[in-house]
Amino acid sequence: MDIAEALGLFIFAIISYNIALLYGTVGEILNEKAGSLNLGVEGIMAVGGMGGYLIGCSTDSMFAALLGAFIVGGLCGLLFAFLTVTLQANQNVIGLTITTFGLAVYFFIGRGLGDKFPKLADSPSFQNAFKAVDMGALSDIPVIGKALFSQSPLVYLAIAIAIVAGVFLKRTKAGLRVRAVGENPGAADSAGINITAVKYTNIICGTGIMGLGGLYLSLYMGGSFEGSATWTNGLGWIAIALVIFANWKPIAAIFGTLIFGLFFTLDTSKLVLIDAMPFLSFLSKIPTELYSALPFIITAIVLIISSVRKHKNNNEPSAIGLNYFREER
Amino acid sequence: MSEFAVQLKNITKTFGSVVANNKVDLNVRKGEILALLGENGSGKTTLMNMLSGIYRPDKGQIFIDGTKVYIDSPEDAKKLGIGMIHQHFKLIEKFTAADNIWLGIEDEPFDLKDKFRHVDSLYPCENLDKAALRKQKMRRLSVKTKLCFSALNYKIVNYFRTAFLNGSRFDKVNKVAHDFGFDLDSRKKVCDMAVSEKQTLEIVKVLYYGANILVLDEPTAVLTVQEIEKLFSILRKMKEKGCAIIIITHKLNEVLEISDRVTVLRKGENVGTIVTKDADEQLLTELMVGEKVDLKIECEKTDFDETLLKVQNLTVQNSEGTNAIDDVSFELRSGEILGVAGISGCGQKELCESIAGLCPVKSGSIMYGNENIAGKHPLDIINMGISMSFIPEDRLGMGLAGSMNVADNMILKTYRNAKGFMPKSFLYPFVDRKNAKALANKVVEELEVSTPDVDKIPVRRLSGGNVQKVLLGREIEGNPRVIITAYPVRGLDINSSYCIYDILNREKRKGTGVLFVGEDLDVMLALCDRILVLCHGKVMGIVKHNQSTKEDLGLMMTGTGYDEIYKDEVKEEAVTNG
Repeated sequence: MDIAEALGLFIFAIISYNIALLYGTVGEILNEKAGSLNLGVEGIMAVGGMGGYLIGCSTDSMFAALLGAFIVGGLCGLLFAFLTVTLQANQNVIGLTITTFGLAVYFFIGRGLGDKFPKLADSPSFQNAFKAVDMGALSDIPVIGKALFSQSPLVYLAIAIAIVAGVFLKRTKAGLRVRAVGENPGAADSAGINITAVKYTNIICGTGIMGLGGLYLSLYMGGSFEGSATWTNGLGWIAIALVIFANWKPIAAIFGTLIFGLFFTLDTSKLVLIDAMPFLSFLSKIPTELYSALPFIITAIVLIISSVRKHKNNNEPSAIGLNYFREER
Repeated sequence: MSEFAVQLKNITKTFGSVVANNKVDLNVRKGEILALLGENGSGKTTLMNMLSGIYRPDKGQIFIDGTKVYIDSPEDAKKLGIGMIHQHFKLIEKFTAADNIWLGIEDEPFDLKDKFRHVDSLYPCENLDKAALRKQKMRRLSVKTKLCFSALNYKIVNYFRTAFLNGSRFDKVNKVAHDFGFDLDSRKKVCDMAVSEKQTLEIVKVLYYGANILVLDEPTAVLTVQEIEKLFSILRKMKEKGCAIIIITHKLNEVLEISDRVTVLRKGENVGTIVTKDADEQLLTELMVGEKVDLKIECEKTDFDETLLKVQNLTVQNSEGTNAIDDVSFELRSGEILGVAGISGCGQKELCESIAGLCPVKSGSIMYGNENIAGKHPLDIINMGISMSFIPEDRLGMGLAGSMNVADNMILKTYRNAKGFMPKSFLYPFVDRKNAKALANKVVEELEVSTPDVDKIPVRRLSGGNVQKVLLGREIEGNPRVIITAYPVRGLDINSSYCIYDILNREKRKGTGVLFVGEDLDVMLALCDRILVLCHGKVMGIVKHNQSTKEDLGLMMTGTGYDEIYKDEVKEEAVTNG
């Protein structure tokens, strides 16, 4: 195997596994930009993925699966929005509760179905809709051809969503209002913006997108349910860190995903890399446990650096995590 | 059409058991400036917040232009043409000026109902026989259907036309601001703006939304003399255009200068409305307070002659690395009030904080007796036996814990002391609430703080004057030798202000040295024994209160040296001295 091929495989693996992270991150950015710190990403991705997968298998349709994942994720968001916006509960507590709740529902359904858990192979058109596309000449470009132009359609959907979300937040009037709510709800309120509506919409859309990320993971894992681990496997938590790393910009999150993904994929791809580039043989000497810990170590480092470094163009919404009550003095 | 732009009738608003407004009536004519006057906590802001949709009245009616209205949200108020400029600006710091305005702009509605009515009038149905009526109705229906399609088309086109932000918004905002006669840089971010610019932006914002009823909540509290003049000329211009303006302020001279009529609130009730021409400061104060008030500040001579604090060549850097305090030397004697005057941001904050040990000192010394306290930890300064009470300018941010009650705020400072509270943290690890409550009650009683209860109500619910009294009370309770206080009367009404001056004078008589950072030069000339003038961190001079004028101080604040102003006197002194 030559170097170009190995690198191509490596980049392919980085994108194809970690794109779920992008769904989670963009969803969380939409939440946080409206001032809601939603810590339920992990749970919402798990339960959204489970819902979408089951619906996809029973209808044998990718469209139904996407819709289902979005709705199931959105329902979790509706719950979060009702508790934090309408009932003014603490966002951190509710977010963590939703994670616990989502994971519990995930295991409840998965274990409850037991042997009856649907297999992806039984729903051929659903399975095929996930398969990598072939863009002809583009896919034949060395190194990046397969990695960039022969991915599953859901990969391109994620990138499209990120770009649309980025343009929405930065360039549209509605996006301006969302940012206003996240920065200073009092000011937005006095300018006549309906805070509740903006928050509900953003939370529900954001969590719906997280649900899509869960669906992506379920398909990536081939729909195999294991009683011990979730499909998300901690990705939801990393998405929250990635939001900070990407400075609350959805388009920057695309690149952030690739950088974070590098560390996720290093373990599984190291043999391919060593095969083509023998000077990387030190990679195999690092214990596997360290590889599994690596993404989380990187996350911790990123969080430390970004909280120490406070530059002027920090995009963090000022009113993040704070509930707004008009008559509060 | 009505003579009055705004009429409030019988407005009552309560928060729990506290009655903020009790059966208040208020009228504002078009093209009139009404001043709303009252002490802290008299319900002025609450009343205006009901007009701007922040609160809803419990009882009573609001009429705008003679029509009864219900204002449920700021959105409703905006639609009715009410624009409120809040004391704490409602602006988004990270946005540009244009974006701050743009986020509240409504899309132009396509008024289908109005168009339908027009169609009905074009195709009348009266006095027609059955067949003709049917024909006419069919015609109506077909035109209306077409209208519906064009409305949909308009909506879609308009959406794509207005949904995206483009550069033209900056020019539009600049143009509108210019048309109203304002100078505004619409591309500037709010966080880079000075206070007066922010205020201009707030005014442009509400005018842009089409407000013809303006409510300004203490607009002059943070402005300089020149900026206030500019604001007033703007308000007069608005008045000429027929706007109704309500202005809340504490400063009586401003009320007399700008307003046409004054409505005075006391304890949530309207105690009278007078035409400004017939009013004077004494009358307004009496109405406000309800009794005769002596508007004189005393500055008596004391017999103490001891140097408490000797600051020598002090240099302090701010967070950006420039010298906020540059080679400052002065002495604070016992039994005197030393004023510190200067344009805001000229190093007052750094001076206070470096003496209190909150801000690192670059060079120079601060001698207290024979000890240099420069650069020591605040706790060390306290432990060295130096009783120094620091009253920060940010009352709730630095001085008190807003969500804790009065008694608990007392413990914050005294929990280390042996007297009554915890002598040693190990021996008595529990907080002594009983003594704290006793102390809180003592402070409340001595300084006449108005609070329903010392250990139930969080401090932030108290009005500004009472918060300041609690803070001052806590600091003087430890019998300090030195009190440092910054803007102690900012945002306070007359009665509370005079109460604070009295407390400071009382301390002065006990032999305490008071460092008083202030902004009102008239007050400083009357209250302080000596006044130190800062300009960009440098001392321009220290003057005696009875040997200077407001104009001299103003000149020194803007950078003219003491020697230049008092050239002649200095020469004379030199001649007489030999």
